[in-house]
Amino acid sequence: MKYIEEFRDPAAAKAIAAQIHAEIELGRRYHFMEFCGGHTHALCRFGLEDLLPDNIRMIHGPGCPVCVLPVGRLDMAIDLAQSRPDIILATYGDMMRVPGSEGRTLLSAKAAGGDVRMVYSTLQAVELAKANPEREVVFFAIGFETTTPATAAAIKAASDAGLSNFSVFCNHVLTPSAIDAIMTTGTGETGARLDGFVGPGNVSTIIGAEAYEDAAAKWTKPIVISGFEPNDLLQSILLLVRQVNDGKAFVENAFARAVRLGGNEAAKALCENVFTVRDSFEWRGLGSIPASALQVAEDFACFDAERKFKMAYVSRPDHKACDCASILRGEKRPSDCKVFAAGCTPEHPLGSCMVSPEGACAAHYLYGRFRDAAPADLVAAE
Amino acid sequence: MGMDKVEKRTDRLFSKKLDFARGAIELTHGAGGKASAQLFEELFLPAFHNPMLGAGDDQARFTGHGRMVVATDSHVVSPLFFPGGDIGALSIHGTVNDVAMAGAVPQYLTAGFILEEGFPLKDLRTIVGSMANAAAAAGVSIIAGDTKVVERGKGDGIFINTTGIGIIPDRIAEPPAAHRAAPGDKILVSGTLGDHGVTILSAREGLPLISPIESDSAALNTLVRDLLDATDGVKVLRDPTRGGLATAINELCRSSGTGAVLEETCIPIRKTVDAACELLGVDPLYLANEGKLIAIVSPEEAQTALAALKGHPLGQDAAIIGTITEDAHGFVQMETPLGGRRMVDWLTGDPLPRIC
Amino acid sequence: MCLALPAEIVSIDGEDAVADVDGVQVPISIAFVPDAMPGDYVIVHVGYALSKIDQAEAAQQIAAMHSPAITQGVAP
Repeated sequence: MKYIEEFRDPAAAKAIAAQIHAEIELGRRYHFMEFCGGHTHALCRFGLEDLLPDNIRMIHGPGCPVCVLPVGRLDMAIDLAQSRPDIILATYGDMMRVPGSEGRTLLSAKAAGGDVRMVYSTLQAVELAKANPEREVVFFAIGFETTTPATAAAIKAASDAGLSNFSVFCNHVLTPSAIDAIMTTGTGETGARLDGFVGPGNVSTIIGAEAYEDAAAKWTKPIVISGFEPNDLLQSILLLVRQVNDGKAFVENAFARAVRLGGNEAAKALCENVFTVRDSFEWRGLGSIPASALQVAEDFACFDAERKFKMAYVSRPDHKACDCASILRGEKRPSDCKVFAAGCTPEHPLGSCMVSPEGACAAHYLYGRFRDAAPADLVAAE
Repeated sequence: MGMDKVEKRTDRLFSKKLDFARGAIELTHGAGGKASAQLFEELFLPAFHNPMLGAGDDQARFTGHGRMVVATDSHVVSPLFFPGGDIGALSIHGTVNDVAMAGAVPQYLTAGFILEEGFPLKDLRTIVGSMANAAAAAGVSIIAGDTKVVERGKGDGIFINTTGIGIIPDRIAEPPAAHRAAPGDKILVSGTLGDHGVTILSAREGLPLISPIESDSAALNTLVRDLLDATDGVKVLRDPTRGGLATAINELCRSSGTGAVLEETCIPIRKTVDAACELLGVDPLYLANEGKLIAIVSPEEAQTALAALKGHPLGQDAAIIGTITEDAHGFVQMETPLGGRRMVDWLTGDPLPRIC
Repeated sequence: MCLALPAEIVSIDGEDAVADVDGVQVPISIAFVPDAMPGDYVIVHVGYALSKIDQAEAAQQIAAMHSPAITQGVAP
């Protein structure tokens, strides 16, 4: 696979890792948060932490749109699918198994007679609306800025085609506000715990590298925008180490093959046309964050499922024993949580970090928990 | 003998032949009366053609000796026809392979059909034809069967259950079994992984992938025979169907109280399957295979076993992919191409395409 | 995250295009990358091209990976 394999080259990985080892300052601490779930996934899937020096610690951030969607919003989608036989609820495969209240999922709503369809692209949802004029088609939209333009394009296409039976249940969220939330909430020490960010890669193809300049300046933390292959990540970590060593805190673009300074102007323009920023939105694990999500703009109100079907949001608290918030802020590791791998597993997630394979806890559970097994256990069991 | 009688009776009993071009399954085809008999005599019997089935009794009788093996498997697949196979071939291969993984030679199969009212007879004939071809190629006879019909909307076209019976040859002193895996044993696979799973995922409605990938659906009994003839160092045989390689290795580690370390660079995966998996966001190690086996072999016999697999047309891409380890937690780990380690856990849920 | 993959554009029909990854082809929209041409590599996510791969930047990054002492990011 061109532009993938080159960035998985083992010899290059070893060279970059060796350079990181050579450049770190002993006795110094490097705590970096990789914001994106995709980065978390790549770190774990390729076992990259084994290549890094002990004083570099990677903290898995909240950049998984499935994980941060609050249970109450999922309940709204499930209720809609289950209570309205005239509705076809279309969504991405990611959402099908995510548990809402009382363990209900879209799959269980489907089993109970709801018409839930998995789509690969938003335009398939528009096609469903065209093919079923007597039904209402609701697209359950999730995702960061990367995924938003596809939803905007669907609304635009439905509007151009004069469709009156298509709408979007919009749950698109914004990354820069989440970075702010991580720096400001919690014990107040959080900012001090982080020494830099591996910045979102695919998100930045849309919003551009410049979108993080405010955050880097405001929090005096280096942000290095990274691609998703292992060598992209290692390179970005090397650049973060250098900024920390030099006492710098600026935005660097290490994914320049795909990310431009200003992002994708066409996509940004369409999104600005179709959506407006919500005053506030609840993020699972992080709580309500001001100006952190989008809703369908007034001009396209007839395509807003929340207005059309008078959907109401009820906030549902996470499980009490759950340490998601501290884990997302890097204050705790997944294995520090009392319910990790005990009550909370990928089959039965209690908190947001366990919901999708990209979540901080699920990634550690699926790929890394063998590291938690103390050698003493092995001896005792023999 | 019995065959002639049956055919003569057909001419008298049924006024019109089944219309395979335009006809469809009706509830009467499963009611046990004349229509059921006609379906049997005009479709199943000629296709599966053997004296035990043709005897016209409600059961098949045979004389068995030695260590018998029985396995049963119900087949539901959507779509019914896919590149590289269909539900018919799959229903034979799946059960033949389950029997073969015990080191047994599969001999007899039974087939139970649950058909949905309205299912086209043309499709049924195609599926039954695939079953007959697959059974003949695997050297097994379908000696008993059953057909039921459910109302329209209460089935998914066709479900097929097959049960297989086989015999472990006397020369195999210790047949392969999951509990026999021991630390130090080598883990072999007979070929590329994920082909079937990707084929089914991309053939499903809503996933507009165009790819040259085909299902690997195949009977593995002759591959098993060649392997067991070549070496007596085979401890475990498994066909990594649903759940894929990852789940199969975890299961056998659990049965034997061991762990495992896999070498990612050694695991054979087609370039196209890899590409499709990246596009769909699924991991090929968790996708179903229908014509591949995992063999756990004592270390000193691993190369002999590898050569035996590679010598068979279905084993050309065989590889040694890892080692069984001592691990009280039963963890399956994997050495990544970059020199890191990660766990390879059991499958959670059913692999669905994802976007994030 | 957002699962996105570099794919080569093999044909274009208005805003619709077909992209190829190692012999596996997917229909995509190039509405957001209107200057894409056959032979270009684009980052594909949920059926949309998000950005064109800059081949010179890619080559430079690959070179830097093999001599990491010279690795540098692009400051916006």
